[in-house]
Amino acid sequence: MSESALASPLLEVTDLVRHYDLPREKLFGPLPTVKALNGVSFKVEAGRSLGIVGESGSGKSTIARLVMALDTPTSGSVKLLGRDLHTLSRSELRTARRDFQMVFQDPYGSLDPRQTVARIVAEPLEALAEASRKEQRERAAESLAAVGLRSTDMDKYPHEFSGGQRQRIAIARALITRPKLIVADEPVSALDVSVQAQVLNLMQDLQQQFGVSYLLISHDLAVVNHLCDDVCVVWKGLIVEQGPPGELFRNAQHPYTRTLLDAVPRTPTGGTLLAA
Amino acid sequence: MSSTVVAPSAAALKVPGFWRRALHHRSFVIGGVLTLLLLLAAAVSLVWTPWSPYEMDMANKLKPPTGSHWLGTDTYGRDVASLLLVGARASILVGVIAVGIGLVVGTALGLLAAAKRGWVEEAIMRLTDFSLAFPAILSAIMMTAVFGAGIVNAIVAIGIYNIPTFARITRASANAIWSREYIAAARACGKGSFSITMQHVLPNISAVLIVQITIRFAIAILAEAALSYLGLGTQPPQPSWGRMLSEAQTMMFQSPLLAVFPGMAIAMAVLGLNLLGDGLRDLLDPRLARAR
Amino acid sequence: MPLLQVKDLHIELQTQRGPAEAVRGIDFTLERGETLGIVGESGCGKSITVMSLMGLLPSNAKVTGSIRFDDTELVGRDEKDMCQIRGNRIGMIFQEPMTALNPVHTIVRQVGEPLRLHRGLSKAEARKEVLALLERVGIPDAASRLDAYPHQFSGGQRQRIGIAMALACGPDLLIADEPTTALDVTIQKQILELIQSLVQERGMALILISHDLGVIAQTVSKMLVMYGGSVVESGPTEAVFARRAHPYTQGLFAARPALGAPRGVRLATIRGSVPELVDLPKGCPFAGRCSYTIDACQTTRPPATMLPQDHAVRCIRLEEIATKVAVAS
Repeated sequence: MSESALASPLLEVTDLVRHYDLPREKLFGPLPTVKALNGVSFKVEAGRSLGIVGESGSGKSTIARLVMALDTPTSGSVKLLGRDLHTLSRSELRTARRDFQMVFQDPYGSLDPRQTVARIVAEPLEALAEASRKEQRERAAESLAAVGLRSTDMDKYPHEFSGGQRQRIAIARALITRPKLIVADEPVSALDVSVQAQVLNLMQDLQQQFGVSYLLISHDLAVVNHLCDDVCVVWKGLIVEQGPPGELFRNAQHPYTRTLLDAVPRTPTGGTLLAA
Repeated sequence: MSSTVVAPSAAALKVPGFWRRALHHRSFVIGGVLTLLLLLAAAVSLVWTPWSPYEMDMANKLKPPTGSHWLGTDTYGRDVASLLLVGARASILVGVIAVGIGLVVGTALGLLAAAKRGWVEEAIMRLTDFSLAFPAILSAIMMTAVFGAGIVNAIVAIGIYNIPTFARITRASANAIWSREYIAAARACGKGSFSITMQHVLPNISAVLIVQITIRFAIAILAEAALSYLGLGTQPPQPSWGRMLSEAQTMMFQSPLLAVFPGMAIAMAVLGLNLLGDGLRDLLDPRLARAR
Repeated sequence: MPLLQVKDLHIELQTQRGPAEAVRGIDFTLERGETLGIVGESGCGKSITVMSLMGLLPSNAKVTGSIRFDDTELVGRDEKDMCQIRGNRIGMIFQEPMTALNPVHTIVRQVGEPLRLHRGLSKAEARKEVLALLERVGIPDAASRLDAYPHQFSGGQRQRIGIAMALACGPDLLIADEPTTALDVTIQKQILELIQSLVQERGMALILISHDLGVIAQTVSKMLVMYGGSVVESGPTEAVFARRAHPYTQGLFAARPALGAPRGVRLATIRGSVPELVDLPKGCPFAGRCSYTIDACQTTRPPATMLPQDHAVRCIRLEEIATKVAVAS
């Protein structure tokens, strides 16, 4: 391993700021703005995963969009493998997307109802225009197998699947280009508890099997705890605390983190099972 | 769940049993039958009509329905049944081309507006507002009066009117689609606006467009009849239902049936297409399309 | 006499693939002032059950069995009578605060609606009541915001307004269907505390639906675990949490990722996925997915086995499972 490979992290976000202009309310004077992100910095090393935890309005979804280059920052940089994504040309960015893909929250909305599963899963390859139709189909089959779906599912449509299965299809789509980074925005929030467990196990297996890093956005601390090596707590567009999840949860420093932990409803643990 | 737009969904076509449901849906069946009759009339008229619609027979003028002239004859002795059959052709021709113009140009504009947003969208929408500010029939009359009467000009006049309608409908539906997560997923793959529009947006608004096509077709038939009635559309000797009505007007007390038959033909065609459109809108409803 | 007594409730719905039983014979009682939680995943029938209490099922649904509310039978009651009960004797809080309020009506109008409808109050009288209600549910600066519209409030505040609306006529029973699922966890805590204090203060009975076991643990004294339209386990919250007798309950508990758990541990999952209503097995609905399934499970509906403290479990292999688990732990 060369020095430079050790030195540069997979993803490096520096002083990321995103302000949105709202529709004009007064005829003269400055436009009202929403300060979604106010200077956020973090690093993700190759093979390790980072969780971003926050509530609505904290800016966590904005972070996801900026990292995925679906939106441009007001200032700051997002560097993937040392290259600032927002300074790349359109075609450079398109090829760079091979290394980073996204899984969205809504399993019912993130798949085009008019396309077959094979086409949906192969879409990232099609966008890169680097594989023939036949190859795309083969790789889609591989990807689906990796998430536990069968090749007979390839020619079906999304509405024929349950929420958990659709999320697997979304994960298969994110995997097909063998990315180094997968940004997952609330990937299990819309799923039932038992289905959530299946998908979390899958994500964990894929982490070990393919060495992919996750940038996991969630409001659920337990989910983040399960998959991530490090956690950032976001509040009002700033990172208020950062560290390994176990540490953070045992020993939270910032008052907001403590409020967040306190608010999680506790269940009484343990207890003896059926007394005869 | 976040979807609040309740527009007809193309996904409904994929639900098994679409035809089973369709064939049980009253509006769809009645509308479908009437529309098929219209198309059949025009198709049949290409190869056969009981009499030639151009053949005048003054000896047999203004006859009521008989064995040889099933629906009677008009002021010039022409066979009414044959006139109706051939007249269907004019109606359909106008419908297809006028709606076609509106569909192709209007949809393209609407898709462009939804994809580009910003000043492009504003410009296109203001243009449609401007066009829609003119009353439709009056504009058509004005155009044919200025550029000359005839079926071609009638088609163009009616067609131009379809453009802003399709543009608005397309833009509204396309905007709803652009906010869906699978579009964000396609963008995250690196797809450009054009590919996304053609591969994701257009297929998903197809149901809305299909319904709109049937409705605008009905309106086009009505518009052609109105223009021909005023003498500005299809010109003699080409048969046209609208002109049959205007000719029948002077004969109202001698042969009232002369007005009834073309009137009924127009009414049935328009009713059929509207019912078909209603039926399709119900059948393509996303609530029924959701399989789980 | 209990406030609410549900006996052998069966609800049949029309699905795409024909009629299917969404609720398959459930029984429960609720005394005045008691709190009941219903926990289960999508499709288990929990929402349908409470909808039937309110008479809000689709018109092609078939309901059999008995729902006795304050000694009057609700099953088969006509719409006019049900309108008298809804909002008046039974109040309901919904899941989505964003859509549960009408965006074009002011909040004083919406919260006052049940008051004007059921108690015949005038606009001015209703306005006073509404102010008192909004202050009680914790809307800051309520007096100046009476004529505001829903979009001018945050999600948590909208849910508080929804609660005020449900409480307006002082109902005997409050139904809350996943009231905090769409809210942030810090707001969730506040809303649950509000609901609890209101329930105690006014002596109302509460039915709380949630998929979150933590919420159930903290808020209700009795609970039902539902799967496939049946109640598989029911009893005092403490007892159910302590014993977790039914395999599905065990599966639910085991599937949750725990805060502070060590990394790299796989979550225990329930094999397979929830079948569609028409495909549910004839006997125990959990048959097939349950790792203790035997042939008898597929054919016969398990009778309720009673454990101490009024704790009922529907499983024919209860004793064997308990011994196995005790041995394993």
